[in-house]
Amino acid sequence: MPGEYAVELRDVVKRFVTPEGRDLEAVNHVTMHIRNGEFFSMLGPSGCGKTTSLRLIAGFEWPSSGEVYIEGEPQGHRPPFLRPVNTVFQSYALFQHMTVFENVAFGLEMERASKEEIRSRVGRALEMVRLMGLDRRHPKQLSGGQQQRVALARAIVKTPNVLLLDEPLGALDLKLRKDMQLELKALQQQLGITFVYVTHDQEEALTMSDRIAVMSQGKVLQMGPAVEIYERPTTRFVADFIGEANFLEGRVKSLKGDHAVVTIAAWGTDIAGLSTTKIEVGDKVAVSIRPEKVRLSDAPAAVENCLECVVSTSTYIGSDTHVYLDVRGQRMKVWEQNRTSRLDPRSIYRAGATAWITLPRENTLVLATD
Amino acid sequence: MSAREASAPPHRRNAVLDRLRESRIFQGLALISPANIYLFFFMILPLAMIVVLSFQSRGSYGEVVFRFNATNYTRLLDPVYARILVYSLGVGLGTTVITMLIGYPLAYYIARSPARQRSLLLFLILVPFWTNFVIRIYAWIMILRGGGLLDSLLQWLGITQEPLGLLYTPTAVMIGMVYEFLPFMVLPLYTSLEKIENALLEAAADLGAPPWRAFLRVTLPLSVPGMIAGTILVFIPAMGMFVLPDLMGGAKTLLIGNVIRNQFLTARDWPFGAAASMILMLMTLLLTLYYTRRAGFSEDLLV
Repeated sequence: MPGEYAVELRDVVKRFVTPEGRDLEAVNHVTMHIRNGEFFSMLGPSGCGKTTSLRLIAGFEWPSSGEVYIEGEPQGHRPPFLRPVNTVFQSYALFQHMTVFENVAFGLEMERASKEEIRSRVGRALEMVRLMGLDRRHPKQLSGGQQQRVALARAIVKTPNVLLLDEPLGALDLKLRKDMQLELKALQQQLGITFVYVTHDQEEALTMSDRIAVMSQGKVLQMGPAVEIYERPTTRFVADFIGEANFLEGRVKSLKGDHAVVTIAAWGTDIAGLSTTKIEVGDKVAVSIRPEKVRLSDAPAAVENCLECVVSTSTYIGSDTHVYLDVRGQRMKVWEQNRTSRLDPRSIYRAGATAWITLPRENTLVLATD
Repeated sequence: MSAREASAPPHRRNAVLDRLRESRIFQGLALISPANIYLFFFMILPLAMIVVLSFQSRGSYGEVVFRFNATNYTRLLDPVYARILVYSLGVGLGTTVITMLIGYPLAYYIARSPARQRSLLLFLILVPFWTNFVIRIYAWIMILRGGGLLDSLLQWLGITQEPLGLLYTPTAVMIGMVYEFLPFMVLPLYTSLEKIENALLEAAADLGAPPWRAFLRVTLPLSVPGMIAGTILVFIPAMGMFVLPDLMGGAKTLLIGNVIRNQFLTARDWPFGAAASMILMLMTLLLTLYYTRRAGFSEDLLV
């Protein structure tokens, strides 16, 4: 039914034949529901299927099986020029033989809009991306950032309900990229339309998205808001791909609800943690905790999950100090925030010093190894 | 200063030479002078000679009489020559248009083929060049003559009963010209078309353009440099071509190229031949300039 989801992928598979003649499932039984007005990102390493999924929505590829729905309507084999979505390409794909104005006006000309309408809508689009006054230039006379905004204006001038963006900020330098991230987010909220965004940059995804789908090898591993993906990853890949994490291998010793006790293989001792997925006693698991969640101290504490360790090295980042530890033969890292300005490093940060770390149970996740 | 320089006997430094050596203008001139000298002796000088020659007259024994007059040019205004000039123009334009009509779809198809097929197809287009031009014309004569290959094939298939008599007609000349010049049109077009990245056509489709509109608004304009290059490569030689019309057109087809050749070789009226050459060159120049200006040609000719 229209109005429920902006875009839906139902059990979509896209198969390609590699040059060697083998079958490759670039998209492997993917199901996604993208809500109206949300900023939805597909995040993953190269080759994970995120760009192919986007192209399936746009209509540049058709599914080998499964169905793509836009605003409740199955798209089947509909070509791109009949779909109510617009794309911002990674390479911008601007028409070099046209001016900025003509580029942006192209989509409206295809709709056979009147000259006045075209002029006013193009003017507004250029205003929204802050490119006024450049409408007579040709793409090659513009900087990379300006070209990117022309590509954006060209897509939004048609006021689609869904905008697809394929790693649009990849070619920009860091500062410009960060500025554009905020601009894009503001633009999306101003326009109120659905953005489907593809990126391999996890920081970008975390900054801009309402929800993220983490993908790997054609499958969606986890889908949810940034906080959920970061704090409660359900697989080791997701925990590893997003942010930094410590991993300890072990086996599940006992389970009570979602609390688990895991025997760490390297130590023979137990760690208590939270499980985010279905696991059974005896399963091989990875215990994961983010470096900023580990409590570092120079004295033992009478709580669970408190371990003695030796500092290998520490790195001063300015706002943080990154401490690398040897915990009974396992390497772990702890990020400590430099809350007070000390000009002398804390004694427990010096190499060779003995320290104690505590892994708070609610931040210690027990993940199935995939 | 190296030790060797310091111990050599001091020689007087020529102030003028030094100044010349430092001057940027002189340096530039010195760098381009080999090319300039070549250009001067092999292009500018001969051209000037032809221009001067075109204003002289023929003596009774075929020698050149140096008396400045413009009678050669007024002779060319004679309807006989006017008709020949117009006819040459027609052949040139006709060849250009037909090679463009055939060559564009061909170039488009090659540009859209997968990489491996593309090399093969380009190779096939280029292979005829490995054979001598005149021999290829004789091959066509064999095909088109009465009772030749084409006639035999058509009669065997039952399509015709009589020989077509294609040879030694303007049609035969056009067939030969198009065959000869097709690669010159296809290759620049292909280069231009191949450069158009796929993402552009996807963007056009994404913005609502059905394939035919994407072609007209994106592909065609972006292939214009190729079209211009192809036109120049076909039209200019085709206008002045005389070997092919001579061999395939028989005595009935006379082009300006034939006229020029006759004047220089048979009639031995070099001044008149020179004047005819000048007219041919001027016509070609003017038309090419007009065409390229119209097509919005600036520095984008890089094909």
